Amino acid sequence: MLENLLDPIILCFALGVASGLLKSDLRLPEALYETLSIYLLLAIGLKGGVELAKSPPGELVVPTLLTVALGIVTPIVAYAVLRRLGRFDRADAAAIAAHYGSVSAVTFAIVLSYLARVGASFEGFVTVLLVVLEIPAIAVGILIARLRSTQGPLRWGALLHEVFLGKSIYLLAGGLLVGWLAGPARMEGISPLFFGLFKGALALFLLEMGIIASQRVADLRRTGAFLVGFGIGMPLVNGALGALAGLAAGLSPGGTTVLATLAASASYIAAPAAMRIAVPKANPTLYLTASLGITFPFNVILGVPIYHWMAATLHRMAG
Amino acid sequence: MSPRDPTKRKLVTIVAESALEGPIAKEIKRLGARGYTIVEARGEGSRGVRQGTWEQNSNVEFQVVCSEDSARAIMSSLYDQFYEDYAMVAWAADVEILRGDKF
Repeated sequence: MLENLLDPIILCFALGVASGLLKSDLRLPEALYETLSIYLLLAIGLKGGVELAKSPPGELVVPTLLTVALGIVTPIVAYAVLRRLGRFDRADAAAIAAHYGSVSAVTFAIVLSYLARVGASFEGFVTVLLVVLEIPAIAVGILIARLRSTQGPLRWGALLHEVFLGKSIYLLAGGLLVGWLAGPARMEGISPLFFGLFKGALALFLLEMGIIASQRVADLRRTGAFLVGFGIGMPLVNGALGALAGLAAGLSPGGTTVLATLAASASYIAAPAAMRIAVPKANPTLYLTASLGITFPFNVILGVPIYHWMAATLHRMAG
Repeated sequence: MSPRDPTKRKLVTIVAESALEGPIAKEIKRLGARGYTIVEARGEGSRGVRQGTWEQNSNVEFQVVCSEDSARAIMSSLYDQFYEDYAMVAWAADVEILRGDKF
């Protein structure tokens, strides 16, 4: 646990949070945020594509199906919790649920770097699971919000365009395709930029994420204690579900840790963009504060080692 | 009237969440404006500070020069569609432009 806290990537995140809380005038330009997120998404896709080229396609089927099932179940569980226990209205509960069913690619990058540090191996196709898990929850969230809704007809065409051609899915899936088509040998020319510099860029991005997360801390007072508990409890529940799915899919302990972390992570790129358009009645302060102000820091600092422990324990119990 | 003669038109300025850039642009054109200019914006209002540090808290500003009828139609359409749920403001002002037939 302490070892994880001293990872420079995590320390950079803490540095960003501190700068926001101490009101330093540090402010990264939006263009840099955009550039870094494009770079990270593409690099994650490319790396996944190269690894995918090495794994036999048949191995993918069961894990992919179970991942889709996770993407449908987790937002429904989250919605029920938010409605029944949190007393949120339909739009807010559905939008928050969609965020928790969907994934965060940066949290994915962090779990991979964690596993590399502790020396655990994982399946080459895990990036496919990242892409697969991103979509269903957003659709489920929108469907729940729109069920029996009095708002005008939903423009499905525009929305599908937003989800599938939004930058996160497009870059991840596109990067996977490029990496897979090119294969390891042809990727060598671009690997210094996309693989060699990846961790440094991730550290810089987490500095920025720290600043953005700290700006949400001020909103915690308005959003209430329930959301704080939800932001920590829900990823633990989803992480356990993800670990079970990983075990059932026959993934290695490392691969199970990745799937648990994916299930536990909350989206902050694809889901907010889709929800703002598809569920305008939902208050963005609630889902952004929960996802970025609570769950992201929790996962990055404490969650990943916990999900690794869950995966290892399950595998030991299953023999 | 020569294109060099100043003509009176309305300048509609809209500051809104970046998420609305596409829908607003479409609406402006639908209601008769021939073009618009968009700039990135940030600021503070009743829905809090919009720092412009990332896509979920950045704003865009539309500037549209159009006829008085279009200006009224744009303002009321924005009111009906977006004001309740989104962070946005819009105002219209009198301006003088050259090449009046262009707007």
